[in-house]
Amino acid sequence: MNTGEQVIEVSGLRRRYGPAKGDGGFEAVRGISFSVARGELFALLGTNGAGKTSTVELLEGMAEPSGGRVRVLGHDPYRERARVRPRIGVMLQEGGFPSDLTVAETARMWAGCTSGARRTSEALEAVGLAPRADVRVKQLSGGERRRLDLAMALLGRPEVLFLDEPTTGLDAEGRRETWRLVRELRKGGTTVVLTTHYLEEAEELADRLAIMRAGRIVVSGTPAEVTASRPSRIRFTLPEGVPAARLPLSLRAAEHGRRVEIRTGRLQESLTELLLWARREEVALAGLDARSASLEEAFLEIAHGGGPEAAEDEDTARAAKAGAR
Amino acid sequence: MSTTDTGGRADTGSGTDTGGGADAGAAREAAASLGRLRSLARAELTLLVRNRTAMFTALLMPLAMVLFMRSTVEQAPLEGTGLSVTDLVMTSGIPMVLILVVYLNLIPAYVSRREELVLKRLRTGELRDWEILAGAALPVVAVALAQCAVLVAAGAALLEMTPPDRPDLLVLGVLLGVVLMVLTAAATAVITRTTESAQITALPLLMVSLAGSGMFVPLEAMPDRAADVLRLLPMSPVVDLVRYGWLGGGEPGEVLRALGTAVAWALVSVFAVRRWFRWEPRH
Repeated sequence: MNTGEQVIEVSGLRRRYGPAKGDGGFEAVRGISFSVARGELFALLGTNGAGKTSTVELLEGMAEPSGGRVRVLGHDPYRERARVRPRIGVMLQEGGFPSDLTVAETARMWAGCTSGARRTSEALEAVGLAPRADVRVKQLSGGERRRLDLAMALLGRPEVLFLDEPTTGLDAEGRRETWRLVRELRKGGTTVVLTTHYLEEAEELADRLAIMRAGRIVVSGTPAEVTASRPSRIRFTLPEGVPAARLPLSLRAAEHGRRVEIRTGRLQESLTELLLWARREEVALAGLDARSASLEEAFLEIAHGGGPEAAEDEDTARAAKAGAR
Repeated sequence: MSTTDTGGRADTGSGTDTGGGADAGAAREAAASLGRLRSLARAELTLLVRNRTAMFTALLMPLAMVLFMRSTVEQAPLEGTGLSVTDLVMTSGIPMVLILVVYLNLIPAYVSRREELVLKRLRTGELRDWEILAGAALPVVAVALAQCAVLVAAGAALLEMTPPDRPDLLVLGVLLGVVLMVLTAAATAVITRTTESAQITALPLLMVSLAGSGMFVPLEAMPDRAADVLRLLPMSPVVDLVRYGWLGGGEPGEVLRALGTAVAWALVSVFAVRRWFRWEPRH
């Protein structure tokens, strides 16, 4: 699938809300770079306010970057909107369709505004909304609205599809159906950029992902690379009278009361060393638990764990963003 | 759910307008633009028909206002203006229709599309910004133009008025009025947060136009200096052009002044909309 052609290229991208200088404004995207190859599914992860949506809107050409460069299919998505738009599909975080139109009327309107649109019945069929064609948008459930939005994004058979939290508000089954659809699109050669805060979703779908915090990409790579870059953890409880100081120095142990946590990049070696030590010293390790980093752990650590400085940064950022809009 | 082919279209869409194909490209783009406008206008018409308040404002308000006006302008100071009561009511009826049908309906329409995130969603597609604003306006503009045509026909058929003396000026006045009303509605939507508050934000232009643009009291009946100032109001040139066009009598200088004022207001509104129009709700 990956032919090596870069469909999306982003370098040093910045987005600022509010005044360009001084304290009044807020920089939501702070110099990020990445690229997405044709046929790839790229996921942007991050907590709320990390800058995912602000980034995706720049890729979609909804706003002009305040710095850096973005190319989609070789064009500037903001200045060369007319060249890029017919080849991309966009699903916003919150769909906006008039509540008094029916599903079919909405699809007809959107099809008339889309070059090379497929048949609307076909698009509604694909997301399972065909039986709801005559229902007004306001009577749809939240999940059905997300699916209508997805159907509209697919109407022009896009080469590149942008999905901003596509499964938020869907139940488990709807989420799986959407995943299936996205996988099939990807199989058909569509390049997909997805934002999500469901780790499972990224793990399930993404070829590559980037985790954002406070407007920056903290880590990126394949899900395996991202988790591999995080330490594994060994946890156990020491018996009374055995201080953690007796553990071999090579194990970097942290104590929480009698509970001990060891973080290691080489799980097998550290674990062997620990177990040999325990046998030699005849120490029982209660509640022993050893695990490699999961994407979820990696995410939580990266997204929240950047120390008090980063957390504060994010809070002021969110407040400033609310004020600046 | 079932999925169908979604294959990429890597070869289409790029490098279309090269070489001698520029004209064909422009023609194709114009056709596409028309298609998008038609789709959007059709959806808006459906929404208009489903919205009772909007339908009432669009269809009955103008009739009610013209009748109301007929009963209040009996005492209008018409000596020396060359206008009969019928002339005044019927020629004022056209700008009145433009305000009541286009301006008053479009503000809440733009506001509710913005608050429902429809404008933002539309902007993710191939529609140009102006197409989004124009497409939303087309149904009410069509209703307004039809009512203007009815007014002119009724004047000739029922009220023994002459057919328009200079139809070109009349049409020009109506078209400039339409453009002005659409743009000022978009500009008014900027300061309108909910569809309900549109009833208040619409008042300034509505009141100023009714009172100061010569619709109830002809500007010819006012002191010259006051009339000169009032002629600078946005709807005044539209009222003047409609009167010159329907009843005749506009000196070339007066016609030019009206055209200049109307175009100036249109440019100011274009600037205001481009500069300040918001496509999504405030957070």
